[in-house]
Amino acid sequence: MHLKKELPEIFEQFADARKNGFILAKELKEKNIPMVGTFCTYMPQEIPLAMGAAVVSLCATSDETIAAAEEDLPRNLCPLIKSSYGFGKTDKCPYFYFSDLVVGETTCDGKKKMYEYLSEYKPMHVMELPNTQFSQDGFNLWKSEILRLKSALEAQFNVEITDEAVKKAIILKNKERVTLKRFYALGQLNPPALSGLDILKVLYGSTFKFDREANIDEVNALTDQIEADYKNGKQLESKPRVLITGCPIGGVTEKVVKAIEDNGAHVVFFENCMGAKAIEDLVDENNPDIYDALAKKYLSIGCSCMTPNPNRIKLLDAAIDTYKVDGVVDVVLQACHTYAIETLSIKRFVNGEKSIPYTSIETDYSTSDVGQLQTRMAAFVEML
Amino acid sequence: MRIIGIDSGSTTTKGVLLSGDVVEDWLILPTGYNPRQTMKDVYLQLKKDQEAYTVTTGYGRMLLAESDKSVTEITCHAKGARYLCPFAKVVIDIGGQDSKAIALDAQQGVGDFLMNDKCAAGTGRFIEVMMRTLHQDMMDLDAFVKDYEPIPINSMCTVFAESEMIGLLSNGALPNAIAMGVIDAICQRTATFAKRLSIKGTVFFSGGLAQSEIIRATLEKHLGFDVVIHERSQFAGAIGAALIGRSMHP
Repeated sequence: MHLKKELPEIFEQFADARKNGFILAKELKEKNIPMVGTFCTYMPQEIPLAMGAAVVSLCATSDETIAAAEEDLPRNLCPLIKSSYGFGKTDKCPYFYFSDLVVGETTCDGKKKMYEYLSEYKPMHVMELPNTQFSQDGFNLWKSEILRLKSALEAQFNVEITDEAVKKAIILKNKERVTLKRFYALGQLNPPALSGLDILKVLYGSTFKFDREANIDEVNALTDQIEADYKNGKQLESKPRVLITGCPIGGVTEKVVKAIEDNGAHVVFFENCMGAKAIEDLVDENNPDIYDALAKKYLSIGCSCMTPNPNRIKLLDAAIDTYKVDGVVDVVLQACHTYAIETLSIKRFVNGEKSIPYTSIETDYSTSDVGQLQTRMAAFVEML
Repeated sequence: MRIIGIDSGSTTTKGVLLSGDVVEDWLILPTGYNPRQTMKDVYLQLKKDQEAYTVTTGYGRMLLAESDKSVTEITCHAKGARYLCPFAKVVIDIGGQDSKAIALDAQQGVGDFLMNDKCAAGTGRFIEVMMRTLHQDMMDLDAFVKDYEPIPINSMCTVFAESEMIGLLSNGALPNAIAMGVIDAICQRTATFAKRLSIKGTVFFSGGLAQSEIIRATLEKHLGFDVVIHERSQFAGAIGAALIGRSMHP
């Protein structure tokens, strides 16, 4: 078991999960296990899991293929979209290569238009996500879109996805959510037990572990070990506590977390997609209508592509208190209009209602702004 | 204890020597291509042969081996502004490669800040490029544009603005009015940027461009608040660094 290992080693093992997953993915394919590639947290993973498929995130986090993407897409587009498209186009991402089907959603304008071209390289299924969480029509649409996804998977893979299998998948995913929640709740400890960078490594790495049960056991064992070490005095120095919100981060955008932690603060909570946003709420296991339960959970995710988007504020509100947050950093990827526009309402909420400092930074997948990030984050930490 | 504060900017390196709470010595040198050496020069010239606790700031703040502490220019500008202008509520600094706006809180610390560091437009570099295109000396800026009506400059990219200026010149526009147009554009842009902080009250203007009375007045026009400078505005960052050193060694 991993209990014998030193913590840094375990964190690295999670950090390497994406790289090591390539071989696992190949093995799964050799065993004829289908693979479904996804982009967003709105994708109800329970459906492909119910047919025994492996689910993998294709959201790219490096600038390696941006140049190839810019041959087809505008330069002034979010790096996540360009990079993801570029990996699909150049076939440089093994997960994309191994995916039998790629599922996207009509989230932001950039993504939904990009999918039109991505379908030239891979079979694509695009789910129609409503723009709002507050209309019955929108809800009905989303529920029927989940059922349409089920039918599409059944048709493509020639399988039947039974309600029983979906129920089992719901229980499994909920168990995974509870486990990850328990892990990131370690961020509530003050003084902290682990760095934000290590929290991120585990959250990000977990999305590349195909054996969900094993992943649950590993994360639980890790949490147990950190808790035990903490009780034995293994604590980090007390420093100002920062919450990160905004666009997805991971890969090269870890530079933001590094800039905060190198300059005298700890990141204690990630509200982003890779963090609590999609994990915090469970699917209601008691709802007899499983598709109703799935639609409710997934539609409630507080992404800026929704209008209005009160669930993001709700999660921030609770997390700022529970994690004793001293300051909020809002990360916006270049040309991500919805998150960029939302910075104003998040700033008003954080400065006004929570009375703590807020800053937003715009960044991309290059390393050209590392110097400026250092100065901004250092100045922000000096304020706390 | 004697305290030295050094602000290593992209264009100039500023240093002050603090004895008690009084600035005893001032020094400014062009940063040039070797910011590390320039910092060292400023440090040695201020230190002479006595010990001094040294705090560094600015983009080269990590470059001086003798530095006892480094603090960002945001925090230092806020402290320096309080020293030079105790009633200021906001600091606007237009430096060589970035511009920043700092809202001061009730304790005169940093309440909020914004930095423009992605683009040369809106920085001192923009004015430098303009003056070079017009074959004028930076030191003559005010005299060169005084009493001219600004010609609107639409390009907000330094490189494109240069092309636009050349186009205007070839159409016979007066270089002085073009220069005034660039100043107007930069001040308007800075004011819009600073207003994102929902500022109220007196603005302390620092950085190299604060030496120009016309830039100060144009900025004031676009902001709608009093914009004040100090003859030592350029030293605000270095003074702030020294004051932080003083607070640690009273």
